[in-house]
Amino acid sequence: MKDWRDDIFEVFQDHDIKQVYHVPDAGHSRLIEACQKSNSVRTLALTTEEEGIAIAAGAWLGGQRSALLMQSSGVGNTINMVGLTRTLRFPFLTLITMRGDYGEFNSWQYPMGQGTPKVLEAMGMLLYSVDKAEDVKATVDAAARSAFQGGQSVAVLLRQKLIGIKTFGKK
Amino acid sequence: MSQATLQRRPLVKEILTGADDNLLVIGGLGSSNWDITNAGDRPLNMPLWGAMGAPVGMGLGLAIAQPTKRVLVITGDGDMLMSLGSLATVAAQSPDNLAICVLDNEKFGETGNQATHTSPRNNGPTDSGAGTDLALIARGCGIADCGTVTAKGDVAQLVKDLRMKKGPIFRLVKVMVEKLEFVMPPQDGAHLKDRFRQALLGRP
Repeated sequence: MKDWRDDIFEVFQDHDIKQVYHVPDAGHSRLIEACQKSNSVRTLALTTEEEGIAIAAGAWLGGQRSALLMQSSGVGNTINMVGLTRTLRFPFLTLITMRGDYGEFNSWQYPMGQGTPKVLEAMGMLLYSVDKAEDVKATVDAAARSAFQGGQSVAVLLRQKLIGIKTFGKK
Repeated sequence: MSQATLQRRPLVKEILTGADDNLLVIGGLGSSNWDITNAGDRPLNMPLWGAMGAPVGMGLGLAIAQPTKRVLVITGDGDMLMSLGSLATVAAQSPDNLAICVLDNEKFGETGNQATHTSPRNNGPTDSGAGTDLALIARGCGIADCGTVTAKGDVAQLVKDLRMKKGPIFRLVKVMVEKLEFVMPPQDGAHLKDRFRQALLGRP
């Protein structure tokens, strides 16, 4: 069955995104696998999220569009490097699966999860937010337009309400 | 005290001699930026004034986007120490057109020559490091072709390797601590990016 992660992959295809960066992430896993299996996208696993911004800058210098997939906990690793998107003024798109958000059970996720929109805004990033599966495609498409046509540095927050609450198998 | 005898300015000049449209260069912030600019500012240089830890990643993204061009990253030991993981990410992708050259003077030059971890152990109260070997780290990350250059007699081969050898390659070059003139390229990042793309792609 098709779900919103497949919608995101379609948007990536529509916008000619050629490089996708990620760290392992349960929320993004289906999308990451779709990218890995695709012949038109180069998928790069990172050791830390900030690498993704530097690589995205290099990709843009070389004429390719890219997207960084990360979790809210990874956002904190990127903040100084997010400055590069402003300094170079290059189009940048990141999709962030939120933790420490709607009904999170793990207290360790809250500080960075709750801080994520604030620190990204402080760095001048344009934020989109989506919490309903039926809105994902249009929102990611709008974000990609803001980035690659509008020249902005853009983040889409995929809210925990959309992703579902991780339970470690408990109900 | 470092025993290095190589001087970074003439070395970088030699590395970049005859640079043409097939050579795309990323220079790390601080000394490496001034070094590549001293060799001759050109649109296909991307000299960084900040973004410490970014050059290897930028080189990787660029090498993947432009597989027929040679991509050369020139940076320092302090910058490299800040992004060691990116060497593993390079190894995982293994772009055959990427060369990384780290100029190791065992110092954080821009902040007053404090010792980096590549400085030897037991090197006095303020200059001791850990003897960190960045070429060994690169090798351990999975970059098969790594080497260290310390002698003038090996520079010609170094230049050849950086410019032409099948990548990814990593070269650590031990260089002297020197007080050198700042030779600055344009500072505006958007301008540097636009002129790079204009020269490479024909559009900003």
